[in-house]
Amino acid sequence: MSSKGDILEKIKQNQPTSISELPDLSALGMDTYENLDKYKAVLDSIGGAFVEVKDYDEVINYINNNYNAEKRKVTTLPELAEIAATNWANDDPHNLEDVELTIVKAHFGVAENAALWVTDELLGQRVSVFIAQYLAIVVNKKDLVPTMHQAYERIGNQEYGFGTFIAGPSKTADIEQSLVLGAHGARGLIVFIMD
Amino acid sequence: MKNRPKKNGIIVHWAADGAEHNKIVHSIMEKHGVKQIVKSKSMLTEECHLNEYLTEKGIDVIDSDLGERIVQLRNEAPSHIVLPAIHLKKEDVSETFHEHLGTEKGNIDAKYLTEAARLHLRNTFLTRKIALTGVNFAIAETGEFVVCTNEGNADMGVHLADVHIACMGFEKIIPQRKHLGVFLRLLARSATGQPITTYSSHFKKPGDGKEIHIVIVDNGRSTQLGREDFRNSLKCIRCGACMNTCPVYRRSGGHSYHNAVAGPIGSILAPNLDMSKNADLPFASTLCGSCTNVCPVKIDIHQQLYKWRQLLVKEGYTPTTKTIAMKGMASVLANPVIFDFAGKTARFLMQKAPGLVSNSFNPWYKQREMPAPPEESFREWYKKNSRESKEKNNEQ
Repeated sequence: MSSKGDILEKIKQNQPTSISELPDLSALGMDTYENLDKYKAVLDSIGGAFVEVKDYDEVINYINNNYNAEKRKVTTLPELAEIAATNWANDDPHNLEDVELTIVKAHFGVAENAALWVTDELLGQRVSVFIAQYLAIVVNKKDLVPTMHQAYERIGNQEYGFGTFIAGPSKTADIEQSLVLGAHGARGLIVFIMD
Repeated sequence: MKNRPKKNGIIVHWAADGAEHNKIVHSIMEKHGVKQIVKSKSMLTEECHLNEYLTEKGIDVIDSDLGERIVQLRNEAPSHIVLPAIHLKKEDVSETFHEHLGTEKGNIDAKYLTEAARLHLRNTFLTRKIALTGVNFAIAETGEFVVCTNEGNADMGVHLADVHIACMGFEKIIPQRKHLGVFLRLLARSATGQPITTYSSHFKKPGDGKEIHIVIVDNGRSTQLGREDFRNSLKCIRCGACMNTCPVYRRSGGHSYHNAVAGPIGSILAPNLDMSKNADLPFASTLCGSCTNVCPVKIDIHQQLYKWRQLLVKEGYTPTTKTIAMKGMASVLANPVIFDFAGKTARFLMQKAPGLVSNSFNPWYKQREMPAPPEESFREWYKKNSRESKEKNNEQ
């Protein structure tokens, strides 16, 4: 462990003579817009889709009408137990390999970039939202914040082992800069915006 | 940051340089008796040449970022920090995938090629026990770290593996969680123009039965911190905006920089690592300042390029021929009599004996013809044609 001591000592010796105070961030993220309209517009622009729903029955209807009933679906939402499995949280994560659709709930969404914040407690398994071919996330209309600054205000000191912002389906532009949706994560994302 | 992760159940390692970093990664793999690893993008591991080291030790390393996988299959280095395969055409990728992944020959559809990589790497993700990622930001306040990807490859790798190794330079540490609000916005906007990357994953504690290791690397960073003129370069968030705007990078491409991080930022980071190997980089710039203009964290890149030039000359890292040529030039330009004589001699020789300059010893002549020597110098012409001399001639 000698490197640790050496590195820390050298960092200490080479500090700048003046170190500025932490800046006040309260002036940032003052952008105002209709959260819902902005959220929908940005989500559309990054390749995601949305449906506005009143309750879980509408979610169930939509999924029944738009996804193959034969293929495997998993969820962490007890309300959706009739259309998706709910008893997989303690399985080996590799068993989720053949999941077609994962449905989870988000703590909140961010209007300026359409990102949704999810953590361990909502995921069942960390890999569940990445390994499925398609991903559906439910978020309450009232849980939309304008920018990332309000997002971190809301996260505050929330305790989690793992949390992630998900914005749209996975994508890449590594081949001649042409955008392709569906890299390694979900090929498509649908957001159920609930009253 | 030095104590927080430990409280969260994360194992922290410290590496003074690239060699120690590589050894630590290898020792974690040995401890678990694992011979295969899947990596997401980490410029730090490129800087430390981890892939070469592990391959030599008989470890099978697979890069999972699409661009990195493409260049890895071609045995090349990444040419851009955000888009590693930006120097290749889709025809090249198609050819490479045909050879290694058995895709249809001549199919250059980006969607088809990406799908082939998705299927190929999915199998990799499902079978690797150890996954390595870089780190975009680490939070001192909470001990967590954040990894951003668009492809989802980092998360696919680590959540299916038993052990997650995250490698970071210590300059990635920011004070508080709420500061991510600033940095996550900056990173994606400056890198690709997106409002945020698809996945911004925060790792604070390992999952049940899993391990997370953080390797914190110095490799010259503490020295750079002590160089007042250059410490600002440690602010870099690796967005690549300076490369995208640089007229030199855009023409010459990333491989011409012979350094893991190319472009303007690479040219001010590389000499800190090895002055003699990288002495040429700060000179390969027009000092136009476009990099400084676009830098989201306000690094004075072009000014640092200029300062590195001065330091490199002072410390004797520039070629002697250049020093002699510069000194010779200075004395000629400073003395009108010598300047006049040198000009006359040069014009005379170029007219009468062009072979003296138009030969392979003259680097200029290698790619182009020498310009035709003028009949007279500007001074001679001016003496004849200025108003004063014309008036004088008229009087006579």
